[in-house]
Amino acid sequence: MLQRFISLQWKSFLRAASFQTNLALKILMGFMALYFIFVFSMLGAFSYKIIQGQLEQDPLQVINRILIFYLVGDLVFRYLMQRMPVVNIKPLLPLPFSKNKIVHFSLWKTVLSFFNIIHAFFFIPFSVVLLIEGYPVGNVVGWLIAITALIYCNNFINVFLNDVDQVFWSVLGVFITLGVLMYFRVFDITAFTAPVFDGIYENPVWCAVPVIILGMLYCTAFRYFRNRLYLDDGLKGKTSEVSSEDLSWLNRFGSLAVFLKNDIKLIKRNKRSRTSVLMSVAFIFYGLLFFSGGLEVYEGPVWRIFAGIFVTGGFLFTFGQFVPSWDSSYYPLMMSQNIQYRDYLNSKWWLVVMGTVISTVLASFYIYFGWEVYLAILVSAIYNVGVNSHMVLWGGAYIKTPIDLTSNKKAFGDKQAFNVKTLLLTIPKLILPLLLYAAGHYTLGPNFGYLLVASAGIAGFAFKDRVFNLIEKVYKNEKYKTLVAYKQKA
Amino acid sequence: MITLHQLSKEYKNIKVLDVESLEIPKGQSFGLVGNNGAGKTTMFSMLLDLVRPTTGYVLSNDIRVDQSEGWKPFTSAFLDETFLIGYLTPEEYFYFIGELRGQNKADVDRMLGDFDDFFNGEILGVRKYLRDLSKGNQKKVGIVAALIGNPEVIILDEPFANLDPTTQIRLKKILRELKEANGVTVLISSHDLMHVTEVCERIVVLEKGRMVKDIRTSPETLRELEAFFSGEIRENASLA
Repeated sequence: MLQRFISLQWKSFLRAASFQTNLALKILMGFMALYFIFVFSMLGAFSYKIIQGQLEQDPLQVINRILIFYLVGDLVFRYLMQRMPVVNIKPLLPLPFSKNKIVHFSLWKTVLSFFNIIHAFFFIPFSVVLLIEGYPVGNVVGWLIAITALIYCNNFINVFLNDVDQVFWSVLGVFITLGVLMYFRVFDITAFTAPVFDGIYENPVWCAVPVIILGMLYCTAFRYFRNRLYLDDGLKGKTSEVSSEDLSWLNRFGSLAVFLKNDIKLIKRNKRSRTSVLMSVAFIFYGLLFFSGGLEVYEGPVWRIFAGIFVTGGFLFTFGQFVPSWDSSYYPLMMSQNIQYRDYLNSKWWLVVMGTVISTVLASFYIYFGWEVYLAILVSAIYNVGVNSHMVLWGGAYIKTPIDLTSNKKAFGDKQAFNVKTLLLTIPKLILPLLLYAAGHYTLGPNFGYLLVASAGIAGFAFKDRVFNLIEKVYKNEKYKTLVAYKQKA
Repeated sequence: MITLHQLSKEYKNIKVLDVESLEIPKGQSFGLVGNNGAGKTTMFSMLLDLVRPTTGYVLSNDIRVDQSEGWKPFTSAFLDETFLIGYLTPEEYFYFIGELRGQNKADVDRMLGDFDDFFNGEILGVRKYLRDLSKGNQKKVGIVAALIGNPEVIILDEPFANLDPTTQIRLKKILRELKEANGVTVLISSHDLMHVTEVCERIVVLEKGRMVKDIRTSPETLRELEAFFSGEIRENASLA
């Protein structure tokens, strides 16, 4: 029986549409996984020395302090990325399997998920280093068991979280606030949580507590699923309560308003697109790495533009990149309705421009790091609007991955990232502005560099009509191929 | 109104559609029947320029559909659920289509008023997104949306499938009314021989991509079609 389940699972993995695309992709996916494993193991192996060298504190205590944020971060990441196992259960229901078996199998399947395994690559090397450094074996093992149990607790908590959005968002909000408060030394949550983890280390017997919690969570998750193993209950997709909204203020955009209204509904009402917007907000803070001087490698002046492009272009990259895939589930309608390509593209362009402008306004807190910094951001925003907005729309024509709006699967690391044509298009998106700035910076000074980048943006803006003609032609050429590709469900 | 000229489609050297020539005059109600894989959906998709012909072309009102977008303003279609936008409510979807076809909210509301019977209270005001409606109700939405904005050509693929008997009867009434209305060319495909013979004045039978029958509907048509399709069974049985 179990072999059957496993063989089904194996087939669903091997035969997934996304997996079968091409060999190069499989290899790249393999490399990605290896890369993450490598990064985590290196972190695990060397963080002891690094923490000791930099902070001159006991590395274990430092880890214990930030552990609460690590765990919450893991939970957030899981909520966004990890899919719950209900999906393939339906066809099994009428077959002669006992329901308990189906539920046990589904839950155990999540145990082997990459989201769980990856942490082992950090904590096991770290623990080994601890042992080498002479920490007592019993305590370290107890600590490791406790953490592993907590990570698996996250795994099962996530099973419930999928159903209760509000709880999740409020928890996330509370923890972001706590993190900010801690950063500004107003209130330190870790003063309460760190002793807990320290205590487990001191008295490894206490590691039984997380393990017991884990056991209870498993049982609860089991019962939760077992009782809801009906088509109209747990296996039913979530039907969301409808909220109608008045977007008539968009009517000032004339014929584009139809599409803009639709796109805003698209963003608001679908999980996948909401995640994209959330990610673009994260991009705004990406610049902190550069401007706060946190990382020495990013000190060079050219990196300012690099940061600026990402800070203002978060929405452009996360949303714009997938035009027209957002409309993949009803692309035949868009292609046969009374829609001119130009209006369609124009509305997407406006959306991307609005996103860029909003990001730029939100990013005004960078003025804190000096006007120079915000100038770099403004200039990058002009480049994003003038050049990159066209580039993403152009590149989108070659991206033929259908998007399943209702799930977050593949929100990161889609195969489009490895498409040769889109890869080539990243050159003007990222490298050209850097080169322009460098050319200006090292000849006549930074202001000339900014001028060069900004004028490239303005030039792109001026040639908008020409570029749109070109993009329109590409969309028309790719139309049939795109229709076929979107038919294959992700 | 619509002319197919040497239209064919090949996938991996297998011809799925091969129509020498077909002329559908303005105002005709045209029915397409055939077994699974006969090429009905492929043909309709080509009329909408959703599939690129291997050879030949389609003229709609003297516009080559693969070369100009000029046919879009007077053509509307509902082939399958990919013509629905899942995250909209039925009303929002109707208004969206209406706006695309130059109809304001009031126009759409007035038009929807005529379909209260057809919707049977399950579509308007139910506060559900289209993706959460049942298959049958989704179909109702798609069909009615295809009627918005007085199109001259309406293409419906399998409009009767998934509908309950009451709705099927109502749909037949709607299609017959369209026939009366001047100049609306309606193309439907169906597996249900009785329904097509009731609503279409002309029926074309496709078999493995080829037109094998082109009948003007008469009281004998249903029997003729039934004889044809059961003849196929006998033929297959004798072959086996």
